Amino acid sequence: MSRQIGEVILNLKNVSLAFGGVKALTDISFDVREHEIRAIIGPNGAGKSSMLNVINGVYRPQQGEIILRGQHFSKMNPYKAAKAGISRTFQNIALFKGMNVIDNLMTGRNLQIRSNLIQQAFWWGPARREELAHRVKVEQVIDFLEIQYIRKTPVGRLPYGLQKRVDLGRALAMEPSILLLDEPMAGMNVEEKQDMCRFILDVNDQFGTTIVLIEHDMAVVMDISDRVVVLDYGKKIGDGDPDEVRANPEVISAYLGASH
Amino acid sequence: MGFFLETLIGGLMAGMLYSLVALGFVLIFKASGVFNFAQGAMVLFAALAMARFSAWIPQWLGIDSRFLANTVAFLLAGALMFVVAWLIERLVLRHLVNQEGATLLMATLGIAYVLEGVGTSVFGSDIYKIDVGMPKEPVMILEGAFEGGLLINKEDFVAALIAAVLVGLLALFFQKTATGRALRAVADDHQAAQSIGIPLNRIWVIVWCVAGVVALVAGVIWGSKLGVQFSLATVALRGLPVVILGGLTSIPGAIIGGLIIGVGEKLSEVYLGPMIGGGIEIWFAYQLALLFLLFRPQGLFGEKIIDRV
Repeated sequence: MSRQIGEVILNLKNVSLAFGGVKALTDISFDVREHEIRAIIGPNGAGKSSMLNVINGVYRPQQGEIILRGQHFSKMNPYKAAKAGISRTFQNIALFKGMNVIDNLMTGRNLQIRSNLIQQAFWWGPARREELAHRVKVEQVIDFLEIQYIRKTPVGRLPYGLQKRVDLGRALAMEPSILLLDEPMAGMNVEEKQDMCRFILDVNDQFGTTIVLIEHDMAVVMDISDRVVVLDYGKKIGDGDPDEVRANPEVISAYLGASH
Repeated sequence: MGFFLETLIGGLMAGMLYSLVALGFVLIFKASGVFNFAQGAMVLFAALAMARFSAWIPQWLGIDSRFLANTVAFLLAGALMFVVAWLIERLVLRHLVNQEGATLLMATLGIAYVLEGVGTSVFGSDIYKIDVGMPKEPVMILEGAFEGGLLINKEDFVAALIAAVLVGLLALFFQKTATGRALRAVADDHQAAQSIGIPLNRIWVIVWCVAGVVALVAGVIWGSKLGVQFSLATVALRGLPVVILGGLTSIPGAIIGGLIIGVGEKLSEVYLGPMIGGGIEIWFAYQLALLFLLFRPQGLFGEKIIDRV
């Protein structure tokens, strides 16, 4: 592969998160290097989605901090995260159902829009040019994900697999430096999974986007990730490249199934 | 025939005014998924502000021209509605992000009481009039085409025209601008909207401002028709059947719903009234809304409620 894995871009230090008495995450630390594909795996309820929600600021951990490109965040929120170049997809798709595919992707350009309300209201020169420029970007994403034929379809009417792809498209339209994928292949058939894998690898390869992903399909995870974090009951039980993780006895008993 | 047309036109113009009130509901529901019970209070508050400002301004600034005084009063009242929107976001909505719809609904009930209370204590609770110089005298048109021509109420006509323009502009704003798109995104899914960097707080201020301006226009028009008094807050109740008919998420729905109800009220009053004793106008809209709730709960143009199982 042409991409070079770089320095640590995102560092999570001693993150603990509890909902009342339920400890979702306990003292978790791991880092993400630039341009790598980093997977988070673990059994159901291990705290994977919570981990992703902490990174993107949906949840505020009681302890610990997030260091993004050397900048410390003790309180992240989704808006700050988006501004800092983190975009995400959702486990149970959170698209704007009433809008068509193009509009959904255009919302992903929102942060880049510079023209003000008044200019937009009158379709003033700058606003108009800007809208067109963003539209070009969005069309590129549409080409990339091979969803030209559904551009104008309201997303609520699309089948599940395509909605997942549009969800990825909206995240890509932000031109993120870090992309968080929450179970991008859940509920897909083999063919759709293969497509999704290809897109993830292409995004990583062509745009150099750092990817943090949660996935259940072990074969997929081991195939595409550079390094894997393993969580169980909110604790980290393994961290390393796929081979290391596969050989880790704790991981085997927790997740891969021990050969007792 | 002439009489029928006259009733029809009267109904359409009354309907346009209902649309204007309904529009306030639709705007806020579209952009934040909140059913805003304070819309009526906002209409009252805006109308009170307009009425008092237009009376005070000639004294404060020594302006003689009624037109100038009204313009300044309108701008001031508009600015006041901006402040109200900002305060509502700051003090109420900001703390309720990602809460249940019912919680937000109760919060808007609270906002309604506060607005009514503050409005009447600052501006007084007498009956005021708003005189923006709308032509009062009715005109006859098409005298050649029909025997006796058609009698049109000029005031209603101007009001309907203003409402139509406002509604058209808002529809364009929502569909064609980046901010409009962001507003629709927030309406669909708070969390997803935040994750792509749409600032929820700013969007809410914008949408409450727009709803405030709509309330102001509605307040001025209704106020100059009926006088500004506490009962103006119940004008919003007239908008409720309209949104049920047109669909809570549709701006065109608010317009068409308003027109249907306006026309339906007038025609049924005139043609069915004598048969069953009259007074239909009062309950017609609500009956129609009830039927819609039974057979087409999303309204004429609302987003269809589909659940994937």
